[in-house]
Amino acid sequence: MIRVVLPAHLKTLAKVTGEVRLEVTGPQAGPVTQRLVLDALEARYPMLLGTIRDRHSGKRRAFVRFYACEEDLSNSSPDTPLPERVASGAEPYIILGAMAGG
Amino acid sequence: MSGVRVLVGTRKGAFILTSDGRRADWTVEGPHFGGWEIFHLTGSPADPNRLYASQSGGWFGQLIQRSDDGGRTWTTVGNDFAYTGEVGEHLWYDGTPRPWEFKRIWHLEPSRDDPDTVYAGAEDAALYVSNDGGQKWTELTALRQHRTGPTWQPGAGGLCLHTIILDPVHQDRIYVAISAAGAFRSDDAGTSWLPINKGLRSGEIPDSDAEVGHCVHHITQHPSRPDTLFMQKHWDVLRSDDAGANWREVSGNLPSDFGFPIAVHAHEPETIYVVPIKSDSEHYPPEGRLRVYRSRSGGDEWEPLTNGLPQSDCYVNIYRDAMAVDTLDECGIYFGTTGGQVYHSADGGDNWAPIVRDLPPVLSVEVQVLP
Repeated sequence: MIRVVLPAHLKTLAKVTGEVRLEVTGPQAGPVTQRLVLDALEARYPMLLGTIRDRHSGKRRAFVRFYACEEDLSNSSPDTPLPERVASGAEPYIILGAMAGG
Repeated sequence: MSGVRVLVGTRKGAFILTSDGRRADWTVEGPHFGGWEIFHLTGSPADPNRLYASQSGGWFGQLIQRSDDGGRTWTTVGNDFAYTGEVGEHLWYDGTPRPWEFKRIWHLEPSRDDPDTVYAGAEDAALYVSNDGGQKWTELTALRQHRTGPTWQPGAGGLCLHTIILDPVHQDRIYVAISAAGAFRSDDAGTSWLPINKGLRSGEIPDSDAEVGHCVHHITQHPSRPDTLFMQKHWDVLRSDDAGANWREVSGNLPSDFGFPIAVHAHEPETIYVVPIKSDSEHYPPEGRLRVYRSRSGGDEWEPLTNGLPQSDCYVNIYRDAMAVDTLDECGIYFGTTGGQVYHSADGGDNWAPIVRDLPPVLSVEVQVLP
């Protein structure tokens, strides 16, 4: 079970409150990655398509950041395994809108 | 008695203003989509309860919302605005080629007779259509792939397709306007496009009467005279009486011929309205006096309309999609400002009053007459 924290605007859009909990399993029970988490999130909540990453290139939108375990994973490869504490559900995977606009 | 619903898109959400046909007492509802930019909020002429909203923001990109109950509830529909085929390049501000890149939807234009068909104008300039209520969008590629496309350059607001007119008489005729490429017409439902900029003169480009490159701000049309078009250009107000083939300037005695919106009276096809702005570098009314100008002669001769509008210390702007008219017997005129006011006149412009004063900056205003 992966725990995902969405920014307020995307919670409103997805009509959820609190954390989102996703069952995510890597291919052949491989490691859980950011790509797999985002794929599962968008599959459950298709209204989020295009709001976190570009629909075609898959690139993270410029003002969206990904944090977990007090680390900034925004610029990590989407296929890098997530920390074990995120994969186990002990820590959430945090998606947030970057501070911008002064 | 008929009712009126005014649809307002702002920098921080959508608002819906309603009144009965007297248009004296108003209810303000919103914000819908609080915190998001609503570039355009509009309704289907075929079904007034079918609304479409272009919702966007710097953080989370472009969304399209649809309501089937007049704005009480909303459903997120499709946002896959892909450039079809070879993406190609246009010119960037510095004159270098730059690939087309989708940024947002500026304008939504529902079909006159099918609530599920709606057109969308994009930045970077492209025209899309959906035939399933906004779920799936298909680009009408011939516009972006027009032979002049590689020479198009963005205006200060971006390379945006901001005006779409679906001709009420000629089934397959579509007009669009792009800043800063100009106006284009299709007579075959978007299969091919003709630049219609003859007669425009723009001192901001090296060849002032070039085929393309003009910063057209808005175009409007009266449904009873579909071959007559009125245009507010970056500078100059113009008209065409041959479906855009030729234009002539009708700025006449306007205090400034710079501005963004232009509208035509619902029942008088030669009565038109503009809001002069002092200049392209100042973007506020001349002398700090907010004046709508009306011409009853289709241009050239203009009268200021001031009763109820601030005549001192007013430094707001009025964007291109932020003026609309209703179709009640006595035509109502509506416009929104960057200061968050939405003004209306229930008597064709003679008298004005604010419906609401303190909204976020207004990006678009549309009006529906309800049964």
